[in-house]
Amino acid sequence: MTKKKATIYEEIRAKGHSRRDFLKFCTTMSVMLGLETSGVTQITKALEKKHRIPVIWMHFQECTCCSESFIRSSHPIVADIVLDKISLDYTETLMAASGHQAEKSLHDTMEKYHGEYLLMVEGSIPAKDEAFCCIGGRSALEILKEVSEGAKAIIAWGNCASSGCVQAASPNPTGAQPVHKVIKGKPIINVQGCPPIAEVMAGVVVHLLAFERIPQLDSLGRPKAFYSRRVHDTCYRRPNYDAGLFVESFDDENAKRGYCLYKMGCRGPNTYNSCGVIKWNNGVSYPIQSGHPCIGCSEANFWDNGPFYQHLQSFPGFGIETTADKIGVGLGIATGAGIAAHAISTNIRKRKMLQKGLKENKTENK
Amino acid sequence: METVKQKTIKEVYVWELPVRFYHWINALCIVVLSVTGYLIGRPPALQSAAEASFSYWFGWIRFIHFVAAFVFFFNFVLRTYWGFVGNKYAQWYNFIPLKKSQWEELFNVLKVDILQLTTKSIPSIGHNMLAGFTYFFTFLAFLLQSLTGFGLYAAMSDSWFPKLFSWIVPLLGGDLPARNFHHILMWFFIIFAMIHIYLVFYHDYIERNGLTSSMIGGWKFVKQDEDDKE
Repeated sequence: MTKKKATIYEEIRAKGHSRRDFLKFCTTMSVMLGLETSGVTQITKALEKKHRIPVIWMHFQECTCCSESFIRSSHPIVADIVLDKISLDYTETLMAASGHQAEKSLHDTMEKYHGEYLLMVEGSIPAKDEAFCCIGGRSALEILKEVSEGAKAIIAWGNCASSGCVQAASPNPTGAQPVHKVIKGKPIINVQGCPPIAEVMAGVVVHLLAFERIPQLDSLGRPKAFYSRRVHDTCYRRPNYDAGLFVESFDDENAKRGYCLYKMGCRGPNTYNSCGVIKWNNGVSYPIQSGHPCIGCSEANFWDNGPFYQHLQSFPGFGIETTADKIGVGLGIATGAGIAAHAISTNIRKRKMLQKGLKENKTENK
Repeated sequence: METVKQKTIKEVYVWELPVRFYHWINALCIVVLSVTGYLIGRPPALQSAAEASFSYWFGWIRFIHFVAAFVFFFNFVLRTYWGFVGNKYAQWYNFIPLKKSQWEELFNVLKVDILQLTTKSIPSIGHNMLAGFTYFFTFLAFLLQSLTGFGLYAAMSDSWFPKLFSWIVPLLGGDLPARNFHHILMWFFIIFAMIHIYLVFYHDYIERNGLTSSMIGGWKFVKQDEDDKE
């Protein structure tokens, strides 16, 4: 029973999409990836020739919002291509198989495609007490180590897998760790965000499919095509920032006028993501457009860098409302008091010395 | 009129021109950077119905901050160079206590000037050791402030120069922690400036050696017998 392996394009056609849809998809993806016009041809050709990549998608400590985001991608082929066609050989949430069957499917894929399959990880891994996350009687850490061994590359979906997200927030009871902290020696792509934008997720997958190499990454392992610019730099409210026009409270006139949310704690100036360009839910809006400051969900430790609605972080070790400025002013006052005390003490303690100089001289002058 | 006739007093050229220029450019930069930096961190609330296209004041504040940062950094680089080619009062070893005698002087200054346990004054022509060592920490602060500042600036610049510093940001865990670090360090400069200015007044008052004006003209008054100790 030898059947010729279908290419991705053939599988897409078989799924009922027209060639026109396919080309639209290739064009959209090359635009998302920031490629030049010739990139469209490259992607089209690649998808026409290449076969599906086996994918294992692991879920650990997470809320499945990355998967949710992914299936809401603006282009229907995106969901098809990955969920059906690039084909998830194993994923806890969406696969039909369960129990021993599921475990078998996982092991079959790992053996059959050793060194070829793509590992996608959603969620953080408890490293302190492994019992916090167990699947099929084995800990997340154990599973991840085994599965990543034969993976071609690892995609860490979302903030959980990239930097620990809320589970790793202080005091991090489970000792949650991102993928790159527990797995070494494999190419890891951190697709940041809580969740990442669907088109960004699709873009990364298509890049891997079409070019068979990992996209260019920034210093934190995020694909540069999507994470090289700050939300602030692509924000449509940016002119208000430069003009010094800020929202002072959520119910003021300035909020109505759509001024900059900087003083409401907006993390746009510190957050690298494509929200301002690609936007969410098929390009409908993004948090700032909806009047809410960015919370910086594509940055590490964003839960601990709070409070969210305050521009300055609270100073570590003090109350959450205490910023560096309050402590600075306090120290300034203390310093001023110290100076005053020292000046008074100088005039008392060194009085003799100061007067001696004058006296000596007076006697000399006589 | 009270006059003091010091037979044995002598004038010493302590601060060379580059040192004096460095000092005042640095002082000006720190004032400008602190004021603009504070405004960037905490812009005042202006209630107006203006459209953004009519004004750019916050952009200008940031522009001034960035320009002053470049001046500040290269001024600091020149001073570091002068620490190797300048006169003996400007040399690098004035700032790092490596010898035992330097540590002794440091504790001596602490005892006499800060804790005021004795009433004598300590002879030193250039920086006293405690001051010198404190400046060493300000140099570290300059460095850290430049690293974090340019590191943050790199994201909005195409120039190669700030890019040299971009590695510091992931090291601190991202833009927000880097920014916070940059902001906290500003308070070090403010508090340093308060103490620094006070102590200049204090020494001038106690020792009457023209310390304040020496940073303008370069000359200090030194009692003859103190001069040859080094």
